[in-house]
Amino acid sequence: MMRRFLLALFLIASAAPSFAVNPDEMLKDPALESRARAISAELRCMVCQNQSIDDSNAELAKDLRLLVRKRITDGDSDQQVMSYIVSRYGEFVLLKPRFETKTLLLWGAPILLALLGGLSLVVFARRYAGQPTGSTLTSEEQARLSELLKK
Amino acid sequence: MIIEIGHYALILALATAIIVSLVPLIGARRVDQAMMDVGPIGSVVLFALVAFSFGVLTYAHVVSDFSVKNVWENSHSLMPLIYKYSGVWGNHEGSMMLWLLILALFSALVAIFGRNLPETLKANVLSVQAWISVAFLLFILLTSNPFTRLDPAPAEGKDLNPILQDIGLAIHPPLLYLGYVGFSVCFSFAVAALIEGRIDAAWARWVRPWALAAWTFLTLGIAMGSYWAYYELGWGGWWFWDPVENASFMPWLAGTALLHSALVMEKREALKIWTVLLAILTFSLSLMGTFLVRSGVLTSVHAFASDPSRGVFILCILLLFIGGALSLFAFRAPRLTAGGLFAPISREGALVVNNLILTVACGTVLTGTLYPLVLETITGDKISVGPPFFNMTFGLLMAPLLVIVPFGPLLAWKRGDLLGALQRLYVVAALAFVAAVLFFYLQHGGPVMSVLGLAAGLFLVLGAVADLWYRAGVGKQPLGIAWRRLKGLPRSAFGTALAHAGLGISVLGIVAVSTFQTEHVLQMKQGEVTDAGGYTLRFDGMREATGPNFTEDRGHFTIARGGVDVADVWSAKRIYTAGQMPTTEAGILTFGPSQLYVSLGDPTDDGGIVVRIWWKPYILCIWGGALVMAFGGFVSLSDRRLRVGAPRRKAKPLQPVMEPAE
Repeated sequence: MMRRFLLALFLIASAAPSFAVNPDEMLKDPALESRARAISAELRCMVCQNQSIDDSNAELAKDLRLLVRKRITDGDSDQQVMSYIVSRYGEFVLLKPRFETKTLLLWGAPILLALLGGLSLVVFARRYAGQPTGSTLTSEEQARLSELLKK
Repeated sequence: MIIEIGHYALILALATAIIVSLVPLIGARRVDQAMMDVGPIGSVVLFALVAFSFGVLTYAHVVSDFSVKNVWENSHSLMPLIYKYSGVWGNHEGSMMLWLLILALFSALVAIFGRNLPETLKANVLSVQAWISVAFLLFILLTSNPFTRLDPAPAEGKDLNPILQDIGLAIHPPLLYLGYVGFSVCFSFAVAALIEGRIDAAWARWVRPWALAAWTFLTLGIAMGSYWAYYELGWGGWWFWDPVENASFMPWLAGTALLHSALVMEKREALKIWTVLLAILTFSLSLMGTFLVRSGVLTSVHAFASDPSRGVFILCILLLFIGGALSLFAFRAPRLTAGGLFAPISREGALVVNNLILTVACGTVLTGTLYPLVLETITGDKISVGPPFFNMTFGLLMAPLLVIVPFGPLLAWKRGDLLGALQRLYVVAALAFVAAVLFFYLQHGGPVMSVLGLAAGLFLVLGAVADLWYRAGVGKQPLGIAWRRLKGLPRSAFGTALAHAGLGISVLGIVAVSTFQTEHVLQMKQGEVTDAGGYTLRFDGMREATGPNFTEDRGHFTIARGGVDVADVWSAKRIYTAGQMPTTEAGILTFGPSQLYVSLGDPTDDGGIVVRIWWKPYILCIWGGALVMAFGGFVSLSDRRLRVGAPRRKAKPLQPVMEPAE
């Protein structure tokens, strides 16, 4: 329930039951069309909850899909199409944020975490090397042990 | 009247929980048996009261008592009976009640099956469990009361959200919560151990069955949710890296790490401090998931600010428990003694790498999920972090883990022999690679990288088989002896092999679907045919139909292969009458592990309809693998070693200590 609920709600909010990509939108040239699909999958439908324009059936998503296809047929490269869309709609549309100052920690997180983890491993391994292992006995257990040894 | 009694039972439950949260704790400090005995009895009473209260709410839903606001908002008299039951937890208040019910259930199970636990530890664990119960009882009673009445009572309900009117809702949340909340037991054990300031291998042995049970249910819950989304949402996707999904995936990653580190702690008394921290973190992630989903903060930062009472309340619970537990950890952890030593190349070493990768992956998912929220709060900049980011980072992190998994079980404890393991596995690896190339060739096409993905999946499956193979000594021993040795292996060995093989099967499914799936979007008129995945689909036309609480337009398709009709399927667009809400009901046909997925779009002007057809090769492997993993969990749970308690003073070795939750 929890996981689907918001998604479900949002779907309903935005669902006139139509499709994401419709046949009339698609480009004749399959190579261009597959480029358009790949770009669409990386662009966010801005009125939806976490959906790409490729999956969304909102009006705005459709406009964006058509725009992407128009730029592609006009001869833009993938990079140019992306830049154009970002210049018009802001970085919010990118599902994979660019690497820049404000996303430094985001992209750096996996590396930083791995380094941190590896480093603490080394530190711990060094600190405990050569130390006695296992838990020490409580006085109670120690007493019982010496009692047993006496027998 | 019965409704008010249910409400009252919940208030009594709060009183009980407050008593259990204090008395056994003080009893443990004073070593006062009578006070400690309050723990088990109180926990069972608490469960009985919560169960009664939950029963009353269920009753109100089943008889459609619309004088209860919660029933009116989320039910309809014409709804099929099963959805009246599952609709109890298909809303905010009810789902919190389910959360609480399962929490109380786990406390009661600890009380009942924990007879052989040291008295003070048990008292402390039950008290910590009761603290969590107090927090959530207060949350429900103060901000999310399901027993609020309406006067006058409306004649008809507003209906349950149509997407939730599905068998998925009946199964998915209880499984997911059994996993989420099951980790509370590990959390309580960790906090109790920190309070006592003493922790040893026996602790890990007591915690492991609970962690295993919670992990198993969480695995099932996530897989179920994924399949539900796949067939219900009608886009053919099965994982969206939605924050709500991530909220359940993070505890799974941390829980998987916990399972493995607890193993090291039980066998070798190493990684003690880390295991305790992980137990705290895993449940903290469960709590955080609850907060993220329940507070509305995900939809937008502003939605959170506009109705803050619930969100702030859960945030307080979150800070209190996570902050409290971590402070306790920082305060007490230095007093815990370090455990056994091991060489880097050893079973322990492999499990440490497993923990490192899983934790980093979990941290990455956490960063990706929270980053947009934090950035917007601090700078006002809005960015999106979506599937392309997660697929890339998570994929890169997971790849090395998949390769090292088969090595783990083949390495010896303490000081392993990497060369030996390599020698045993190189045949397996070669086999996996050849099979992957063959498979790739037969499916023709896709990026070449996917061969490596397929090989990794096959390597996991074959590696699991090889593990059992070498343990039984097939090849070295006569077949009869090998068979007897295989039968004599502990069940946990089979559990491990099954879980690892299951992971491999899922990886195979994921790689195969993302590489080989085909999609066909087209307009079809009655009688037209199209090809997909080697099958021919004929569109036979549309028909209107009505269900108990919906009307639908259904399209009929006949599927043929080689000119022979092999199957037929309906695909529908539904309108739920009460809320006028549309949904798509995709038509799904299963051929072996593969599926044909047919979804309907808009009618076109010339009398046709837009149809979207996907061929999803080997897609069932994704969830099938998860089922195998969960089965491995159950097999491992049935191992006698997990049921035998570490005897304390008087040895009673064969008495069951803790039966995991069934």
